[in-house]
Amino acid sequence: MNERVAIVGVGWSGYRPLTPEFSYKELMYDAALKAYSDAGVDPRSDVDSFVSVAEDFHEGTSIFDEYVPDQLGAVLKPVHTITGDGLHGLATAVMLIKTGQARIVAVEGHSKASNILTLPYVNAYAQDPILNRPLGLPSDFVAGLEMTRYLFETSTREEQCAAVVVKNRFNALQNPRAAYGADLTLDDVLEGPPVAWPLNARQRSQHADGAVVMVLADGEIAEQLSHNPIWVLAAGWCNGSASLESRDWAEAPYVHRAAHMAYRQAGIRQPALAFDFAEIDDTFAYKELQHMEALGLCRSGEAGALIEEGATEPDGHLPVNVSGGSLGMGHLLDATGLARALEAVLQLRGEAGPNQLEDPGIALVQSWRGVPTASAAVLILAN
Amino acid sequence: MARRKVAVVGAGMTKFMRRAQETGKELSWQAARMALESCEMTIDDIEAVCMGTAPDSFDGLHMKGEYLSDGAGAWGKPYMRSFVGGGTGVFAPIQGWYHVASGLFDTCLVVCEEKMSSFYPHAQAAFLTIFDHTTERALKPNLLWIFALEMNRYMQTYGISKEDIARVAVKNKRNAADHPCALLGDPHITVEDVLNSEVLAWPVNRLDVSPVSDGAVAIVLAAEHVAKRVTDKPVWIQGVGWNLDTAYWANRDLAYPRYVEYAARMAYEMAGIREPRKEIHIVEPYDPFDYKELHHLEGLLLADRGQAPQLVADGVTERDGDMPVCPSGGLLGVGNPIAAAGLMKVAEIFWQLRGEAGARQVPGQPKRGLAQAWGDLMQVGTVVILGTNP
Repeated sequence: MNERVAIVGVGWSGYRPLTPEFSYKELMYDAALKAYSDAGVDPRSDVDSFVSVAEDFHEGTSIFDEYVPDQLGAVLKPVHTITGDGLHGLATAVMLIKTGQARIVAVEGHSKASNILTLPYVNAYAQDPILNRPLGLPSDFVAGLEMTRYLFETSTREEQCAAVVVKNRFNALQNPRAAYGADLTLDDVLEGPPVAWPLNARQRSQHADGAVVMVLADGEIAEQLSHNPIWVLAAGWCNGSASLESRDWAEAPYVHRAAHMAYRQAGIRQPALAFDFAEIDDTFAYKELQHMEALGLCRSGEAGALIEEGATEPDGHLPVNVSGGSLGMGHLLDATGLARALEAVLQLRGEAGPNQLEDPGIALVQSWRGVPTASAAVLILAN
Repeated sequence: MARRKVAVVGAGMTKFMRRAQETGKELSWQAARMALESCEMTIDDIEAVCMGTAPDSFDGLHMKGEYLSDGAGAWGKPYMRSFVGGGTGVFAPIQGWYHVASGLFDTCLVVCEEKMSSFYPHAQAAFLTIFDHTTERALKPNLLWIFALEMNRYMQTYGISKEDIARVAVKNKRNAADHPCALLGDPHITVEDVLNSEVLAWPVNRLDVSPVSDGAVAIVLAAEHVAKRVTDKPVWIQGVGWNLDTAYWANRDLAYPRYVEYAARMAYEMAGIREPRKEIHIVEPYDPFDYKELHHLEGLLLADRGQAPQLVADGVTERDGDMPVCPSGGLLGVGNPIAAAGLMKVAEIFWQLRGEAGARQVPGQPKRGLAQAWGDLMQVGTVVILGTNP
């Protein structure tokens, strides 16, 4: 068994709202080439196993894993797909390396959301076909319901959710990968076109195209390959209630459980004090706040006050989504968590450019698979 | 560094049927409950859940893994769904293996479910969108059509007749007559019946093909210290292997499944097997079509190229032969709910090695068995080797 696992190479392509000149294969190839060259590995001879994350309906291809190997240099190699978020893919790579049977593993995720003309309708196919789908509930409606309950239970206000959007999209202005950087005021956000009260169009992330590839290795190889390997201290993931009817709408217990699985592995007892920065799922603005509470970064109902105080700004005591998050970078479908882990890796390497924080040492990354799922994953990275 | 040992300690399966009344969640729950009861465990003893299920388009369900999660017992647990097309059923236990072998978990429930009957009028239509959207989909190929190409290539390359191949269907459907969960067991079927069934896409006749089915299978995996507490007869995962070839299947030598060979070599190396023909006692190769069993025996290095039909003709692959192949009845006999069918093969090896296979039991106290699945665009091989020794 290998005890230690590190990220030794990263590559990305994008992210942009439209990529008419690239196919998804070209996005993947572009990201993979950069990641292999960053890690200094040859996929044909050095990489033992490949993991991709994808969902068939996002790809418009049944059994999408067929189309993974060629552009990753993974033909006639062990390749498999996880129908999960990018962080599930990274957790899978960690497990493969920890078995001792693989020493170098590549993980791929991508989004070609611009190819999907009817994404809200595709997402609606994720609802229970008997109990929920006949009601014709769009995903945004389900998010609106959850937001209502969250605001009610925790006394969080709409302005506090809007502040998340202002912060993240402003942060994105400094991030060369971000597609949706903007300098907005609270009123700009609050006056956005209504979608499903209290949720409005500016409080949900927009989609972008892109691909991310990462190369992971066991401790011994990581130290040979890289001057600054980024260590995966822990990975946690968890599913909550699959059915809308039996879940807790105010809290996100699946995030809580995923986080505590990771905290146990990393020996973290006080998460609120443990991290230099965090990349937290903000598919919808209120989710950043709800997830901060579920992650134990503050008590229930406190996240709104923290953002108003500026604690989660890049110069605050716990910077959250310095990258711009999904609101600022664009939501990358199944690659979302991988893209957020990428931002954490670049920060920990000191390569984050204009967004660079001062000397960060340990980061928390969290993802959520979106409506209607109760599925989350958490990663803890350190340099 | 010592490898962490992983054992299969329990297994359960639903009946394989043409049109289940149960939802996919309910099928998953039934199989999971049977697997847990078989080793006197409860869902509270399970630390992580792995799911295998083939394309979302069968059920018209986006993110099918998320939908099935509570049925599979994953509420409040770490849960992931893996996916390698038709190879998924033997991949899911590999996924369960690395969950436990990594040291992150001591127990893992692996559930594979498939409900193909939801697709109207026929599940084959779900496969129209597996082809490349630019170069192939416009030709409207289907799976029968491309497997007919492969079967034809296999026959032409080695001079194999349809009779040689039909014997596999006869053997498996007769074996399945002893399986309580089987859909198409038939103790009286003959080679003539297979040859005289209607042609679907020459050289594939209807009885050369496994049926569209619904069903679910589950197994329980445990780390060594838990396995020894739970059961006197743990069955150990000795080797795992998987391999994916290019999506450009038309460029491939269809007469030989190189990806299956690579997957098998990976598993043999891990299991320390040097002479697979002597060291593997029972084989459950993937047999959605009868020629595939032969094709896969060759890819698994258990027969010389083009020589697998001779093993069948000589009776070597019968249940009481020297190397029993598909003693369960395989997909041709038990049924083919895609992912569940693959895991059924792993469960069969588990029951055979424990001597619990009832009327299907192969004689001679077998010590080691191999299960294999195949899928995608004739592209992926997945292999699990189980044995009575750790």
